[in-house]
Amino acid sequence: MVRIEEYIPIVGQAIIDDLRLLGEKLKGKVIQNINSTSVGGGVAEILNRMVPLLMELSVEARWDIIKGGEQFFEITKKFHNALHGKPENITKNDFDIFLEASRKNIEELDTKGDIVFVHDPQPIALIKKKTSNKWIWRCHVDISNPNKRLWQFLMNFIVDYDSAVFSAPSFSQTLPIRQFLIPPSIDPLSDKNKELAPDIIETVLEKYNITKDKPIITQISRFDRLKDPLGVIEAYAQVKKYINCQLILAGGGATDDPEGVKVLEEVKEKAKQFKDVHILLLPQNDIEVNALQRVSSVIIQKSLKEGFGLTVAEALWKAKPVVASNVGGIPLQIKHKFSGLLCHSIDGAAFALKQFLNSPEYAKKLGENGREHIRNNFLITRHIKDYMLLFLSLYHPEDVVYL
Amino acid sequence: MAELIKAKEPFRFFTRLHLSELTGLRASTLGELLSLIKKVPGSVIYHHTHRFLQQHQYLSPEPPNDFAYWVTQELGEEELGEELASIDVVQFSTIRALREKIAKTIERYLEQNRFAKLKFSRQSEGFHFVKSVSFVLPTKYVACDLAEFIEILNKITIDSIYFHIFEARLRLEKATNDFSNWIEESIGDKELAEEISKLDPYTYTLEDLRKAIAVIIARSI
Repeated sequence: MVRIEEYIPIVGQAIIDDLRLLGEKLKGKVIQNINSTSVGGGVAEILNRMVPLLMELSVEARWDIIKGGEQFFEITKKFHNALHGKPENITKNDFDIFLEASRKNIEELDTKGDIVFVHDPQPIALIKKKTSNKWIWRCHVDISNPNKRLWQFLMNFIVDYDSAVFSAPSFSQTLPIRQFLIPPSIDPLSDKNKELAPDIIETVLEKYNITKDKPIITQISRFDRLKDPLGVIEAYAQVKKYINCQLILAGGGATDDPEGVKVLEEVKEKAKQFKDVHILLLPQNDIEVNALQRVSSVIIQKSLKEGFGLTVAEALWKAKPVVASNVGGIPLQIKHKFSGLLCHSIDGAAFALKQFLNSPEYAKKLGENGREHIRNNFLITRHIKDYMLLFLSLYHPEDVVYL
Repeated sequence: MAELIKAKEPFRFFTRLHLSELTGLRASTLGELLSLIKKVPGSVIYHHTHRFLQQHQYLSPEPPNDFAYWVTQELGEEELGEELASIDVVQFSTIRALREKIAKTIERYLEQNRFAKLKFSRQSEGFHFVKSVSFVLPTKYVACDLAEFIEILNKITIDSIYFHIFEARLRLEKATNDFSNWIEESIGDKELAEEISKLDPYTYTLEDLRKAIAVIIARSI
């Protein structure tokens, strides 16, 4: 297990001292996290790493999981899609099943923490159990354009919380409770982000038959239409006319996703027209993803829609020049021409790729700026600090708080 | 070397950590931006004119404020962006006065550029108003003379420097920054205090500001 001291060489002693200072202020408070799964998904990933670190900082953090059958999770998956703005037919029966499963959890789950920290919509109805303790609803989903009927249903619960938390300013809604902006983070010590020895990178390149004789453009993401892999190939084709480079499209998610399989086939078909395109299916292989990012000349993330897009933070943390779409949480990570290049189209992406490949000094500078931006704003230590401040804010309604 | 003056009162370094509170308010046009700038709480104006200092402190000096960045990047109003970015924030001793200056700058621009009113940002790229909530905590560091002061200055977080230089003066409406105030009141060196208060901190990165202050003090001892 990673210890808090291990982050000192990355963020500095003073940042860790600040975390300890905040931990002292929360001593004695029990923070009870509640979500719907202990494995898989970004929420479980972050809680797995964060709960032990909070404990080390003297914060009594706990983690409970609600129960729900197959039907319940099918419905909450529908909720998830509908909150993202995808058309979904949510019926009265769906709401009834959700409420019935919630009722059982309300009966069975002990919610006696001083602060109950509820993650995402699945456990949202537990708020009906609120007593004099403090409750926070943490929404990890992009709700900038939610299904209105579902949002109204969820509002029945949200209004009873003390505070809500969103990942990007564009996700905020008009609410009668306080709402805070806390973006997600990456862990610099995880397999996906830690430094890699050159021989590990070489092994990965050999495995996939990739050579370093020409510049590498890489997009890491699921084979999903919203990640626009076909658009990436088109942008690459425009660049390839002028610069002899190669393209890597790597990611997982195709095996259990019928649409993903179809998208992957289309991508493979389109890639046949071009030389030097590597399509790699590598689900859940963090070290390989890390190696491919590190060996790339430019990273692209040409998503059409994005929750937060932490692959951008991962690339910037490796000081890579990044070309990315101006969607979701990406503009929080990249300020155009300061820490990367933002684009809105295939042509724009191609132009930005050419700029980086033809101006290595410019690319290097923006990559370095990007790494510092991630160091200051998107590492797990900042995330822990924000959560501790959030917990303290529940006891301090003022704008300037003296602790 | 002359003997160092012991401070009448030691200087306790504080740090300031901040949390961003969402307001749910959003502007898509310059008109909406202006109208909301006039009515949002002061903590919102403070957030959007100071956030860059802490979040982008590794960049070159004179980072734009959020309003300047948005009108330039999203609305394409470069001239107004430049005017907003070059507002001399150090001249303002209250958020209220700073807000008035920003509002007047936009108002005047709208009067002179009527078509600017017609520009909309894309839905996803509207200006979202955010409020800054500050948490002020004492650190363990205390200086009793200028040598100790420099030693601590070189190792404290930039959040602490930020608090004593920016937040103390503008948000807490003190006449000068905390460092100058202590040097004048407790060390009795008015000249040194003035030299530090004359710095325009908005044109330095926080790391460069740390170095500049350390150099000025080191020269005096």
